[in-house]
Amino acid sequence: MSASAAHAPVPNPTPPVPQHELELASDRRAARRENVWLTAGVLALALYPLLDKAFGLSLLGAWNGIFVYVILAMGLNIVVGYAGLLDLGYAAFFAIGAYTIGLLTSPSSIFVQQGIVPGWMRNFWFAMAVSWAVAALFGVLLGAPTLRLRGDYLAIVTLGFGEIVPNFFRSADAITGGVNGLNPIAKPPTFHLFGYEVGFGPTDQEHWYWLMLAVGVVSLLMIRRLYNSRLGRTWQAIREDEIAASAMGVNLVATKLWAFALGASFAGFAGSVFSSAFQFVEPSQFEFSVSVTVLAMIILGGIGNIYGVIAGGLLVGAFDRILTEALTPPIQALGHTLGIPFLATHDLKMDRFLVFGLALVLMMLLRPGGLFPSSQRAAEMRPEDQDITWQEQETMFDVRNQDEAMMGEPL
Amino acid sequence: MPFQFNGELFLQSLVIGVSNGALIALIALGYTIVYGIVELINFAHGEVFMMGAFLASTVVGFSGVTSKSPAFEIVGIAILTFLASIVFSGTINWAIDRIAYRRMRNAPRLAPLICAIGFSFILQNLGIYWKGSVSFSPPPLIPMSLQRYNILKEWFHLPVTILRVRPIDLLVVGVTIPLLAALSWFIYKTKTGKAMRATAQDREASSLMGIDVNRTIAIAFLVGGALAGAAGMIALYYNNSARFQMGFRYGLFAFTAAVLGGIGNLNGAVLGGFIIGILWSISDGFLKEYVPFWGAQWTPSLIFGVLVVVMIFKPTGLLGEQTADKV
Repeated sequence: MSASAAHAPVPNPTPPVPQHELELASDRRAARRENVWLTAGVLALALYPLLDKAFGLSLLGAWNGIFVYVILAMGLNIVVGYAGLLDLGYAAFFAIGAYTIGLLTSPSSIFVQQGIVPGWMRNFWFAMAVSWAVAALFGVLLGAPTLRLRGDYLAIVTLGFGEIVPNFFRSADAITGGVNGLNPIAKPPTFHLFGYEVGFGPTDQEHWYWLMLAVGVVSLLMIRRLYNSRLGRTWQAIREDEIAASAMGVNLVATKLWAFALGASFAGFAGSVFSSAFQFVEPSQFEFSVSVTVLAMIILGGIGNIYGVIAGGLLVGAFDRILTEALTPPIQALGHTLGIPFLATHDLKMDRFLVFGLALVLMMLLRPGGLFPSSQRAAEMRPEDQDITWQEQETMFDVRNQDEAMMGEPL
Repeated sequence: MPFQFNGELFLQSLVIGVSNGALIALIALGYTIVYGIVELINFAHGEVFMMGAFLASTVVGFSGVTSKSPAFEIVGIAILTFLASIVFSGTINWAIDRIAYRRMRNAPRLAPLICAIGFSFILQNLGIYWKGSVSFSPPPLIPMSLQRYNILKEWFHLPVTILRVRPIDLLVVGVTIPLLAALSWFIYKTKTGKAMRATAQDREASSLMGIDVNRTIAIAFLVGGALAGAAGMIALYYNNSARFQMGFRYGLFAFTAAVLGGIGNLNGAVLGGFIIGILWSISDGFLKEYVPFWGAQWTPSLIFGVLVVVMIFKPTGLLGEQTADKV
């Protein structure tokens, strides 16, 4: 009897917490920390108009433009960062969103003039939703033919679409107003909030600011949910290894089309708010440089990391719309005092392309993950995962490159 | 209105198209040589072309030679400028490879492509510093009488009204064909050309055979850039205007030509160049007579449409079979 008693399992006084529960708890803590930081950041941004007013900075208009670009960057990040499909024609969807609200609501639109658009459709909120849906639809239409293409070919075809769409808006002047574009565009109707009148006239920049911020935060929350969803995980799977993902049962066509559609839909959002805030659309707002600016934002910030992308967007946007204007007078003054004619007449706006180009080149050479690399990649940097990380970097975009890299021999 | 085919207008479009096509072919060759070897779409190539045009304008302006100078001075400075543009653009293309692309040979394919977009923007901005942001005319070098000269009328006494073949039309083709022949000789007859073809086929095996792969790739960039520089000077005087953005349009049209012909295939690039050039001039000048809403503003859509359709339905292009494994 004593022998069998010795063999009886000894109950452990304190059973160890299973590994997966530990991880969940740390995940929850991380998520809570993330939300605290996010709330603090949004609150700080939301209070900015008071600061702007107190110091008389009058930068709200510039910030509105920056927010639109940040929304664009978040949307492009779905396509490029999550799904790994380089889209060089993203400005096309921005244009489609902007022109959709323009054609629906502007008095200079042919559809409005001929009474095709009923009055209730000419509401800002309705048109915004339509812009969102139309951009997503075009994301599918333009994405569908490109699905079979490999990375760099896909980039060029999307670039082709990105040139055709603004060229169409510029050329089809009977419908789109040609180079003059459409104006004005519907504004959000004035509403009352706690007895406070919220209007969107030209002098209500802070209301526009809050609206932009709200659209940005809603987009952020939606994209964050998407990233952690089943769909988001399949995006990452096809980014890392398309063939393996397909073997695991991922539907490549549907997954890529969802990436195109959802990525484009946020550009539709951005386009509708943008054209309404600035009260006009014209083809020159959607040139190739827009696509590259947005690409520079996500590459600078950290491809695939939504917070990095937002930081990159704010950095590039702040340079583009605030710093160039703020720094030009001091630099010109410096040029005058030092007697350097180049500096004395130099306008920093002329340096935009140089700065974006340098950002792309230097980031690719020195820090391909961006200033704030994706946290997922950072977590994978632990020593035990070293070889996984290495492989992942090799296959960041293109699985076919892997065997070439494996040959070892640096050329 | 009954359909009336305006043959003279069509021929005129063809003349412009062939000249334009020769230019595009020169640029397209740069894309195709580089893609054939390193499988990189050298996005900055159009801007290398633009730099060649800008340098030509500056050199001619600096020389002080004008269209009123003696003929031998004009010819001399034209040849000197042409060589200067070739060397300048070739060097820029080589330098970009040396600074950036070479470090990314084993990186994911999209890293050097993004880098190339960056260089394209940097060069455009340098173009703005150099010549400003509006389009400009080069210093006059070709005498006015020569620009108005219609060979068909003066030599053959043809009763033409619209159709004209100017000396510069012939010059564009006359300069391009020897360049193409020289390139063909270089690629197919010289040892370096053989090394380039070998490297394009299999980089590892070539390096095992004792080919200096980095040097060979550098030469490919140099040659591609040189052709773009030549095209730059020709385009400057053919169009009599230049702008910092000229490389974008020409570059994309030339890339379309390279893809249409079959990227990586030299003959394909030339064939594609002429097809795109003719398509361009027919869309600009001819179609609007017959298609009610058509105008030159639709040309980019047409050509990018060709690009998209070829990429999607026949990515190997017209002559791409030989290098199908590359595509």
